[in-house]
Amino acid sequence: MTNGTEWLLILGMAVVTFGVRYPMLAIVGRLQLPDTVVRALRYVPVAVLTAIIVPAMLMPKGEIELKPSNSYLIGGIIAGLVAWRTKNLLLTIVVGMAAFLLLRAISG
Amino acid sequence: MEKTPTRRSEFIAGVKDTFPLVLGAIPFGIIFGAVAVTGGMSPAATIGMSVFVFAGSSQFVGAGLFGQGVGAGVIILTTFVLNLRHALYGASLAPYARNLSQRWLLPLGFWLTDETYAVVIRRYQQNDTSPYKHWYFLGSSVFMYSNWQVCTIIGVVAGQQFKELANLGLDFAMVVTFIGIVVPLIVSRPMLACTLVAGIVAVLANGMPNKLGLMAAALAGIAAGMIVESLQGRKDPADQTDKNETPRTAEEPVSSL
Repeated sequence: MTNGTEWLLILGMAVVTFGVRYPMLAIVGRLQLPDTVVRALRYVPVAVLTAIIVPAMLMPKGEIELKPSNSYLIGGIIAGLVAWRTKNLLLTIVVGMAAFLLLRAISG
Repeated sequence: MEKTPTRRSEFIAGVKDTFPLVLGAIPFGIIFGAVAVTGGMSPAATIGMSVFVFAGSSQFVGAGLFGQGVGAGVIILTTFVLNLRHALYGASLAPYARNLSQRWLLPLGFWLTDETYAVVIRRYQQNDTSPYKHWYFLGSSVFMYSNWQVCTIIGVVAGQQFKELANLGLDFAMVVTFIGIVVPLIVSRPMLACTLVAGIVAVLANGMPNKLGLMAAALAGIAAGMIVESLQGRKDPADQTDKNETPRTAEEPVSSL
């Protein structure tokens, strides 16, 4: 692709990203949301982030890998345990990354 | 907040509380820069994408698809679908942003990422009456944004030097960051149901085109949470924690413990 296409792509991505983020923050704030919507919104971060995390752990290459050599799965479980016991984000990231890189080095 | 918050103290608190998330974003940003240039995107466009789009996972997917020769239209549509979750974040923060001027809403809307949302919603839900919580939002945003630009540039330079850097698996940084955010939020049965269903559906629906499986899983998880909540007699799904209560409206905040 040419340089022009690259910048067109960036323009398009920028427009849709801003077009999703800004209006809800700016316009919906002026409206009163129904109670059901407000209740549903509480689950948004957990639902969306879990939907990103679980496939990334279970199927890092696109197919389900339920085995110890899957560093994404084992590293993720270790990070999850640290997060559960400590509720400390920084510690979760550091221990999780260290475990992952170690496992990866071992399993080649 | 033991002292009376000022604009400056809110801004600094926003920066501080975002630090762990910035740390998680560092490898992610570097890998993005490296993956994009090794995939055939020009260094200027790679940096331009971070400057103008500023959405980690869509940038990753966008640069990846671009490298495979996928057309701009499909990539833009994928970006839209992937970012739909930000509309939900925006709606969730909107009651608190009601009184802000466009001068604030435009940049804060542009800067609304997963990370900043996770930090800022907690600040807004604290029951103090600080009038400067948007400065906290700004601090978090500016820190995430500047870090993302620096990391992209490092990644672009590194990607041009070491072609194999992209295969190191540092994409796990995003996963581990999200784990650190989600796990402490699972404090009630509805939240647990939401997590389990979202996770299972995400795996089952992984083959759907344009990351639609992600949306399907998120919606299923939200529905599961709400059903369990109804069965339990509508207890607050987050009322067992000191940080994560969500007020029903901005005017009627749930009391902090």
